[in-house]
Amino acid sequence: MANTAHAHAAEPAGETRRDFLLYTATGVAAVGGAMMVWPLIDSMNPAADTLSLSTTEVNVAGVAEGSRVVVMWRGTPVFVAHRTAAEIEAAEKVNISELRDPQKDEARVQKPEFLIVSGVCTHLGCVPLGSKATDPKGEFGGWFCPCHGSQYDTSGRIRLGPAPKNLEVPPYKFTGDTTVLIG
Amino acid sequence: MSTEKTRLQRIFEWHEARLPLVGFIDHAVGTKYPAPKNLNYFWNFGFLAGFMLLTMIMTGVFLAMNYTANIHMAFDSVERIMRDVNFGWLIRYMHSNGASFFFIVVYIHIFRGLYYGSYKSPREVLWWIGVIILILMMATAFMGYVLPWGQMSFWGATVITNLFTAIPVVGKAITTLLWGGFSVDNPTLNRFFALHFLLPFVILGVVFLHIWALHIPGSNNPLGIEAAPGDKIPFHPYYTAKDAFGLGVFLLVYFSVVFWAPNMLGDPVNYVKANPLVTPASIVPEWYLLPFYAILRSIPDKLLGVIAMFGSLLLLFVLPWLDTSRIRSATFRPIYKILFWVLVVNMIVLGWCGAQHPEGLPLILSRIGTFWYFFHMIILLPVVGWIETPKPLPASISQPVMAAQPAE
Repeated sequence: MANTAHAHAAEPAGETRRDFLLYTATGVAAVGGAMMVWPLIDSMNPAADTLSLSTTEVNVAGVAEGSRVVVMWRGTPVFVAHRTAAEIEAAEKVNISELRDPQKDEARVQKPEFLIVSGVCTHLGCVPLGSKATDPKGEFGGWFCPCHGSQYDTSGRIRLGPAPKNLEVPPYKFTGDTTVLIG
Repeated sequence: MSTEKTRLQRIFEWHEARLPLVGFIDHAVGTKYPAPKNLNYFWNFGFLAGFMLLTMIMTGVFLAMNYTANIHMAFDSVERIMRDVNFGWLIRYMHSNGASFFFIVVYIHIFRGLYYGSYKSPREVLWWIGVIILILMMATAFMGYVLPWGQMSFWGATVITNLFTAIPVVGKAITTLLWGGFSVDNPTLNRFFALHFLLPFVILGVVFLHIWALHIPGSNNPLGIEAAPGDKIPFHPYYTAKDAFGLGVFLLVYFSVVFWAPNMLGDPVNYVKANPLVTPASIVPEWYLLPFYAILRSIPDKLLGVIAMFGSLLLLFVLPWLDTSRIRSATFRPIYKILFWVLVVNMIVLGWCGAQHPEGLPLILSRIGTFWYFFHMIILLPVVGWIETPKPLPASISQPVMAAQPAE
């Protein structure tokens, strides 16, 4: 018991040194553990090769007026619609206060004749029909989702059905008269 | 202090009464597991082995998320992990070097057992389970090494699976069954991946049996004598703290290799994609299998070589009966202590021989080494147990310490 007595004599204020060592050691271990967990979690994020595929170039010269094409961007479809004058007019004259997700048509396009929107229904991720000439386009002449019946207009805005939001407009820019870089 | 229980304490006790999870851990590696008070740092390596098993499972699961088990894509998917996946280089280097460090700590753990006689009564079953874990580890490591589908992966797999053709009559059929074809090919890679994912969890289960079997007699100790209740201290906090310190030192070494010499223990030929038409100049397994590979090559007969190699491992199962001495710790066995260190050197020499071309000096040395291994196990251990005069054992763990202290 001589040792115990000695330790107490050296530290009359209790076990502060021991507490300090315990807390600093535990703290270092906790930080070290967290530093190891982060690389494991981050490895599940998109890898460099996945990120490098995050842009898609489209030539819209081949898309005739009144027709629509579907391109792939980051693994999901993007609708590129060459709208007719009637379709543009229909989209612009809508009273936006009646919309579920109010947005003006001009806020959704860079050139009125080309509507570029994500082809993923904002309800639960299906691809709405309407891009092929033979597809049902819904009451509003845009797209019709076959999964749960959401209907979009010629600006890709939600008009009927369970979807909460308009079809998303992806980031894109015209790099030439007829070339578009999505992403 | 108030005797009133807090709400949290009551919830905890309600749960413990129904499923005593914390109590189970406390009995396994906590305050309710009394361990001899004289354990030295060689007793850290069981804990370190468990730590490495969990590290390998954790990193392995994240590697598997990015790996493709197909002969056309496997090599490139590993390179993608190295170049494109966030921290993929770290996770893969931790896993590939982790295999080496897992074997380092397990080999030290095994030699600890050999030195202090931890395999002797009443710990024979504990020892058996340990040998099973070693064999499972070797199989898992071998199949893991095949997955990157480099030259050494392919040719290592070819050589090791061809060992089974040595079995008379059915050998060829067994090998075809292992391959799922007529050579190491896509079906082989696919099943190796499935088994490489499965076996670590089998090992985890067997480790639970290992710890269970440990708790029946309790831990051995450097003196090899029974520890009286007064000579035991609770595992927590005494040995958890000691293990934590050992872990810190171990991690310094492990991560020094991971960060600054990650390819030191690997073969550069495995960064060349597998080619079934070209055998590399020399086929060498990973270092931890080299002593056994040397035993295989030291015998100029296919079947006998394979028998010697597997026999050298299987002999460990009967070690508790080959060693006829009742004294556990080599501290009190002057002749066995020398033989132990000769065996350590012998295994290192065999390991060196396994990495050389089997001709000239390495071949002669590996024949001497193979002979000595079996001579040690089958002849020397029983005979030395009979003729050796052990040093007197202390009456208890405390006795030699107390005797050395001057009276107060």
